[in-house]
Amino acid sequence: MRRSGLLLALVAVLLCLTAAPATAQRAALPDIEDEVMCVSCEIPLNVAESAQADKQRDLIRALIAQGRGKEQIKAALVAEYGEDVLALPDRSGFGITAYAIPLALMALLAGGLVVLLPRWRRRTPAGIGVAAAPELSDFEARRLDDELERYER
Amino acid sequence: MKRVTVAVLAAVVAAALIGMLAYGLDAREVDLSIEQALARGERPTAPSRELAVLDAAPATRSVSDLRGKVVVLNFWASWCGPCEAEAPVLDRAQERLERAAAGTVLGVTRDDSTPDSLKFVREHDVTYPSVRDVDTKLARDYASRNVPETFVIDARGRIAAARRGAVDEAWMDEALAKVLP
Repeated sequence: MRRSGLLLALVAVLLCLTAAPATAQRAALPDIEDEVMCVSCEIPLNVAESAQADKQRDLIRALIAQGRGKEQIKAALVAEYGEDVLALPDRSGFGITAYAIPLALMALLAGGLVVLLPRWRRRTPAGIGVAAAPELSDFEARRLDDELERYER
Repeated sequence: MKRVTVAVLAAVVAAALIGMLAYGLDAREVDLSIEQALARGERPTAPSRELAVLDAAPATRSVSDLRGKVVVLNFWASWCGPCEAEAPVLDRAQERLERAAAGTVLGVTRDDSTPDSLKFVREHDVTYPSVRDVDTKLARDYASRNVPETFVIDARGRIAAARRGAVDEAWMDEALAKVLP
Protein backbone atom coordinates (compact mmCIF):
# COMPACT_ATOMS: atom_id res chain seq x y z
CA MET A 1 0.00 0.00 0.00
CA ARG A 2 2.79 2.32 1.05
CA ARG A 3 4.83 1.32 -2.02
CA SER A 4 2.00 2.01 -4.44
CA GLY A 5 1.52 5.43 -2.83
CA LEU A 6 5.17 6.23 -3.32
CA LEU A 7 5.00 5.03 -6.92
CA LEU A 8 2.00 7.27 -7.58
CA ALA A 9 3.80 10.26 -6.07
CA LEU A 10 6.85 9.54 -8.24
CA VAL A 11 4.71 9.34 -11.38
CA ALA A 12 3.02 12.64 -10.43
CA VAL A 13 6.40 14.35 -9.98
CA LEU A 14 7.63 13.00 -13.32
CA LEU A 15 4.49 14.23 -15.04
CA CYS A 16 4.98 17.70 -13.54
CA LEU A 17 8.60 17.76 -14.69
CA THR A 18 7.73 16.79 -18.25
CA ALA A 19 4.82 19.24 -18.39
CA ALA A 20 6.86 22.18 -17.05
CA PRO A 21 8.94 22.89 -20.20
CA ALA A 22 5.83 22.91 -22.37
CA THR A 23 4.23 25.51 -20.10
CA ALA A 24 7.44 27.56 -20.03
CA GLN A 25 7.66 27.62 -23.87
CA ARG A 26 4.14 28.94 -24.33
CA ALA A 27 4.45 32.33 -26.00
CA ALA A 28 3.00 35.49 -24.47
CA LEU A 29 2.44 38.88 -26.10
CA PRO A 30 4.52 40.94 -23.60
CA ASP A 31 7.42 38.50 -23.98
CA ILE A 32 7.46 38.99 -27.77
CA GLU A 33 6.48 42.67 -27.90
CA ASP A 34 9.72 43.79 -26.28
CA GLU A 35 11.85 41.85 -28.75
CA VAL A 36 10.32 43.12 -31.99
CA MET A 37 9.95 46.52 -33.60
CA CYS A 38 6.93 48.42 -34.80
CA VAL A 39 8.11 48.51 -38.43
CA SER A 40 6.46 51.77 -39.43
CA CYS A 41 7.35 53.72 -36.27
CA GLU A 42 10.86 52.20 -35.83
CA ILE A 43 10.51 51.82 -32.04
CA PRO A 44 10.02 48.68 -29.93
CA LEU A 45 6.50 47.32 -30.31
CA ASN A 46 5.84 47.32 -26.56
CA VAL A 47 5.98 51.13 -26.48
CA ALA A 48 4.46 51.78 -29.93
CA GLU A 49 1.02 53.36 -30.26
CA SER A 50 -0.14 53.34 -33.88
CA ALA A 51 -2.59 51.64 -36.21
CA GLN A 52 0.23 49.57 -37.69
CA ALA A 53 1.48 48.53 -34.23
CA ASP A 54 -2.06 47.40 -33.33
CA LYS A 55 -2.23 45.27 -36.50
CA GLN A 56 1.14 43.74 -35.63
CA ARG A 57 -0.10 42.90 -32.10
CA ASP A 58 -3.27 41.36 -33.58
CA LEU A 59 -1.12 39.12 -35.77
CA ILE A 60 1.01 38.04 -32.78
CA ARG A 61 -2.16 37.27 -30.76
CA ALA A 62 -3.54 35.20 -33.66
CA LEU A 63 -0.28 33.25 -33.90
CA ILE A 64 -0.27 32.65 -30.12
CA ALA A 65 -3.86 31.40 -30.39
CA GLN A 66 -2.67 28.94 -33.05
CA GLY A 67 -0.27 27.56 -30.44
CA ARG A 68 2.91 28.78 -32.12
CA GLY A 69 6.07 29.16 -30.02
CA LYS A 70 8.01 32.40 -29.58
CA GLU A 71 10.65 31.62 -32.21
CA GLN A 72 8.02 30.46 -34.70
CA ILE A 73 6.12 33.71 -34.17
CA LYS A 74 9.26 35.78 -34.69
CA ALA A 75 9.97 33.85 -37.90
CA ALA A 76 6.40 34.51 -39.09
CA LEU A 77 6.82 38.22 -38.32
CA VAL A 78 10.03 38.31 -40.38
CA ALA A 79 8.18 36.64 -43.27
CA GLU A 80 5.46 39.30 -43.10
CA TYR A 81 7.42 42.43 -42.20
CA GLY A 82 11.04 41.65 -43.11
CA GLU A 83 14.21 41.50 -40.99
CA ASP A 84 13.63 45.03 -39.70
CA VAL A 85 10.90 43.67 -37.42
CA LEU A 86 13.55 42.10 -35.18
CA ALA A 87 14.96 44.51 -32.63
CA LEU A 88 18.47 44.07 -34.03
CA PRO A 89 20.74 46.57 -35.79
CA ASP A 90 21.18 46.20 -39.57
CA ARG A 91 23.92 43.81 -40.67
CA SER A 92 25.03 46.24 -43.34
CA GLY A 93 25.80 49.94 -43.68
CA PHE A 94 25.86 52.04 -40.53
CA GLY A 95 24.15 49.30 -38.49
CA ILE A 96 27.30 47.19 -38.66
CA THR A 97 28.99 49.60 -36.23
CA ALA A 98 26.66 48.28 -33.51
CA TYR A 99 28.42 44.91 -33.88
CA ALA A 100 31.89 46.20 -34.76
CA ILE A 101 32.37 48.76 -31.97
CA PRO A 102 31.87 46.39 -29.00
CA LEU A 103 34.18 43.85 -30.68
CA ALA A 104 36.81 46.52 -31.33
CA LEU A 105 36.56 47.75 -27.73
CA MET A 106 36.90 44.21 -26.39
CA ALA A 107 39.96 43.61 -28.59
CA LEU A 108 41.45 46.92 -27.41
CA LEU A 109 40.78 46.01 -23.78
CA ALA A 110 42.28 42.53 -24.20
CA GLY A 111 45.34 44.04 -25.93
CA GLY A 112 45.72 46.58 -23.13
CA LEU A 113 45.55 43.86 -20.49
CA VAL A 114 48.13 41.74 -22.32
CA VAL A 115 50.53 44.71 -22.40
CA LEU A 116 49.84 46.13 -18.96
CA LEU A 117 49.45 43.05 -16.73
CA PRO A 118 53.08 41.89 -16.98
CA ARG A 119 54.20 45.44 -16.22
CA TRP A 120 51.99 45.67 -13.11
CA ARG A 121 53.34 42.31 -11.95
CA ARG A 122 56.94 43.45 -12.33
CA ARG A 123 56.21 46.64 -10.39
CA THR A 124 54.64 44.73 -7.43
CA PRO A 125 57.33 44.29 -4.69
CA ALA A 126 58.30 40.66 -4.16
CA GLY A 127 56.65 39.03 -1.17
CA ILE A 128 54.07 41.77 -0.72
CA GLY A 129 50.94 40.50 0.93
CA VAL A 130 52.78 37.61 2.66
CA ALA A 131 53.18 38.41 6.36
CA ALA A 132 56.59 37.55 7.75
CA ALA A 133 56.49 34.99 10.60
CA PRO A 134 57.32 36.59 13.96
CA GLU A 135 60.33 35.41 15.86
CA LEU A 136 59.59 33.09 18.84
CA SER A 137 60.97 33.90 22.28
CA ASP A 138 62.79 31.15 24.24
CA PHE A 139 59.77 30.67 26.45
CA GLU A 140 57.44 30.30 23.45
CA ALA A 141 59.83 27.91 21.72
CA ARG A 142 60.02 25.68 24.80
CA ARG A 143 56.27 25.73 25.20
CA LEU A 144 55.78 24.80 21.54
CA ASP A 145 58.18 21.88 21.87
CA ASP A 146 56.34 20.66 24.99
CA GLU A 147 53.00 20.89 23.27
CA LEU A 148 54.22 18.98 20.22
CA GLU A 149 55.78 16.30 22.38
CA ARG A 150 52.52 15.86 24.32
CA TYR A 151 50.58 15.73 21.06
CA GLU A 152 52.82 13.05 19.59
CA ARG A 153 52.30 10.83 22.68
CA MET B 1 57.61 58.05 -27.62
CA LYS B 2 55.07 55.62 -26.15
CA ARG B 3 52.94 58.51 -24.93
CA VAL B 4 52.86 59.94 -28.44
CA THR B 5 51.74 56.56 -29.84
CA VAL B 6 48.92 56.30 -27.27
CA ALA B 7 47.81 59.87 -28.02
CA VAL B 8 47.79 59.20 -31.79
CA LEU B 9 45.84 55.98 -31.27
CA ALA B 10 43.27 57.76 -29.07
CA ALA B 11 42.93 60.53 -31.68
CA VAL B 12 42.37 57.97 -34.46
CA VAL B 13 39.69 56.15 -32.41
CA ALA B 14 37.96 59.45 -31.57
CA ALA B 15 38.05 60.55 -35.23
CA ALA B 16 36.61 57.19 -36.33
CA LEU B 17 33.76 57.47 -33.82
CA ILE B 18 32.96 61.05 -34.90
CA GLY B 19 33.11 59.96 -38.56
CA MET B 20 30.65 57.11 -37.94
CA LEU B 21 28.30 59.46 -36.07
CA ALA B 22 28.39 61.95 -38.98
CA TYR B 23 27.74 59.12 -41.47
CA GLY B 24 24.81 57.91 -39.38
CA LEU B 25 23.27 61.38 -39.23
CA ASP B 26 23.78 61.88 -42.97
CA ALA B 27 22.14 58.50 -43.74
CA ARG B 28 19.03 59.64 -41.85
CA GLU B 29 18.58 62.75 -43.98
CA VAL B 30 15.57 62.78 -46.31
CA ASP B 31 16.52 61.97 -49.91
CA LEU B 32 14.79 64.38 -52.28
CA SER B 33 16.75 63.47 -55.41
CA ILE B 34 13.64 62.32 -57.34
CA GLU B 35 11.75 65.55 -56.59
CA GLN B 36 14.82 67.63 -57.44
CA ALA B 37 15.26 65.85 -60.78
CA LEU B 38 11.57 66.33 -61.63
CA ALA B 39 11.82 70.01 -60.68
CA ARG B 40 14.71 70.37 -63.18
CA GLY B 41 12.47 68.86 -65.85
CA GLU B 42 14.33 65.55 -65.86
CA ARG B 43 12.80 62.08 -65.68
CA PRO B 44 14.93 59.83 -63.47
CA THR B 45 15.03 56.08 -64.20
CA ALA B 46 12.43 54.22 -62.15
CA PRO B 47 14.04 51.69 -59.79
CA SER B 48 12.79 48.14 -60.22
CA ARG B 49 12.81 44.95 -58.14
CA GLU B 50 11.15 41.55 -58.58
CA LEU B 51 8.58 41.32 -55.78
CA ALA B 52 6.03 38.65 -54.87
CA VAL B 53 2.50 39.28 -56.12
CA LEU B 54 0.18 39.84 -53.15
CA ASP B 55 -2.38 37.15 -53.87
CA ALA B 56 -0.29 34.94 -56.13
CA ALA B 57 3.09 34.32 -54.46
CA PRO B 58 5.58 32.95 -55.43
CA ALA B 59 4.74 34.67 -58.74
CA THR B 60 6.64 37.95 -59.02
CA ARG B 61 6.25 41.21 -60.86
CA SER B 62 8.43 44.27 -61.36
CA VAL B 63 8.37 47.69 -62.95
CA SER B 64 10.86 46.40 -65.56
CA ASP B 65 8.36 43.70 -66.61
CA LEU B 66 5.99 46.51 -67.56
CA ARG B 67 8.43 48.40 -69.79
CA GLY B 68 6.51 49.86 -72.73
CA LYS B 69 3.50 50.53 -70.49
CA VAL B 70 2.61 53.40 -68.18
CA VAL B 71 2.83 52.36 -64.53
CA VAL B 72 1.25 54.14 -61.58
CA LEU B 73 3.32 52.78 -58.72
CA ASN B 74 1.54 53.25 -55.40
CA PHE B 75 3.01 52.35 -51.99
CA TRP B 76 0.24 51.50 -49.54
CA ALA B 77 -0.67 49.63 -46.35
CA SER B 78 -3.96 48.42 -44.90
CA TRP B 79 -3.56 50.38 -41.65
CA CYS B 80 -3.09 53.69 -43.48
CA GLY B 81 -6.13 56.00 -43.48
CA PRO B 82 -5.10 58.14 -46.48
CA CYS B 83 -4.56 54.92 -48.47
CA GLU B 84 -8.25 54.11 -47.98
CA ALA B 85 -9.19 57.61 -49.10
CA GLU B 86 -7.17 57.45 -52.32
CA ALA B 87 -8.11 53.87 -53.30
CA PRO B 88 -11.08 55.00 -55.46
CA VAL B 89 -8.85 57.49 -57.33
CA LEU B 90 -6.38 54.70 -58.11
CA ASP B 91 -9.22 52.39 -59.17
CA ARG B 92 -10.43 54.98 -61.66
CA ALA B 93 -6.89 55.44 -62.95
CA GLN B 94 -6.67 51.66 -63.44
CA GLU B 95 -9.95 51.69 -65.37
CA ARG B 96 -8.65 54.48 -67.59
CA LEU B 97 -5.29 52.78 -68.26
CA GLU B 98 -6.94 49.42 -68.98
CA ARG B 99 -9.47 50.98 -71.36
CA ALA B 100 -6.67 52.67 -73.28
CA ALA B 101 -4.53 49.51 -73.07
CA ALA B 102 -1.81 51.88 -71.96
CA GLY B 103 -0.65 50.43 -68.66
CA THR B 104 -1.58 49.64 -65.07
CA VAL B 105 -1.62 50.77 -61.51
CA LEU B 106 0.78 48.62 -59.48
CA GLY B 107 0.28 48.67 -55.73
CA VAL B 108 3.22 47.98 -53.44
CA THR B 109 2.40 47.00 -49.88
CA ARG B 110 4.93 47.69 -47.14
CA ASP B 111 4.96 47.21 -43.35
CA ASP B 112 1.79 45.16 -43.76
CA SER B 113 0.88 41.50 -43.33
CA THR B 114 -0.55 39.49 -46.22
CA PRO B 115 -3.94 38.79 -44.54
CA ASP B 116 -4.38 42.49 -43.68
CA SER B 117 -3.48 43.58 -47.24
CA LEU B 118 -5.86 41.01 -48.77
CA LYS B 119 -8.66 42.16 -46.45
CA PHE B 120 -8.07 45.75 -47.59
CA VAL B 121 -8.23 44.66 -51.25
CA ARG B 122 -11.56 42.88 -50.66
CA GLU B 123 -13.12 45.64 -48.57
CA HIS B 124 -12.19 48.43 -50.98
CA ASP B 125 -12.81 46.50 -54.21
CA VAL B 126 -9.27 47.19 -55.37
CA THR B 127 -9.00 46.14 -59.02
CA TYR B 128 -5.28 46.70 -59.67
CA PRO B 129 -2.55 44.19 -58.78
CA SER B 130 -0.20 44.62 -55.84
CA VAL B 131 3.19 43.26 -54.88
CA ARG B 132 4.71 42.88 -51.41
CA ASP B 133 7.82 44.90 -50.52
CA VAL B 134 8.58 42.86 -47.40
CA ASP B 135 12.06 44.24 -46.75
CA THR B 136 11.07 47.75 -47.99
CA LYS B 137 13.99 47.61 -50.43
CA LEU B 138 11.95 49.02 -53.31
CA ALA B 139 10.56 51.69 -50.97
CA ARG B 140 14.14 52.65 -50.08
CA ASP B 141 15.05 52.82 -53.78
CA TYR B 142 12.28 55.41 -54.16
CA ALA B 143 13.34 57.17 -50.91
CA SER B 144 9.88 56.32 -49.64
CA ARG B 145 9.48 56.60 -45.87
CA ASN B 146 5.72 56.68 -45.48
CA VAL B 147 2.50 55.54 -47.09
CA PRO B 148 0.85 56.44 -49.33
CA GLU B 149 3.33 57.55 -51.97
CA THR B 150 2.75 57.44 -55.71
CA PHE B 151 5.08 57.56 -58.73
CA VAL B 152 3.86 57.78 -62.31
CA ILE B 153 6.30 56.02 -64.64
CA ASP B 154 6.29 56.54 -68.40
CA ALA B 155 6.52 53.81 -71.06
CA ARG B 156 10.31 54.23 -71.16
CA GLY B 157 10.62 53.34 -67.47
CA ARG B 158 11.26 56.88 -66.23
CA ILE B 159 9.55 58.67 -63.34
CA ALA B 160 7.38 61.50 -64.67
CA ALA B 161 5.55 62.51 -61.48
CA ALA B 162 5.83 61.81 -57.76
CA ARG B 163 3.54 62.42 -54.81
CA ARG B 164 4.50 61.91 -51.16
CA GLY B 165 1.03 61.62 -49.60
CA ALA B 166 -2.45 60.78 -50.85
CA VAL B 167 -3.32 61.51 -54.48
CA ASP B 168 -6.53 63.14 -55.69
CA GLU B 169 -8.27 63.22 -59.09
CA ALA B 170 -6.71 66.52 -60.13
CA TRP B 171 -3.16 65.33 -59.43
CA MET B 172 -3.77 61.99 -61.16
CA ASP B 173 -5.23 63.68 -64.27
CA GLU B 174 -2.26 66.01 -64.50
CA ALA B 175 0.27 63.18 -63.95
CA LEU B 176 -1.34 60.84 -66.49
CA ALA B 177 -1.51 63.67 -69.05
CA LYS B 178 2.31 63.75 -68.95
CA VAL B 179 2.69 60.09 -69.87
CA LEU B 180 -0.34 59.13 -71.98
CA PRO B 181 -0.20 59.77 -75.71
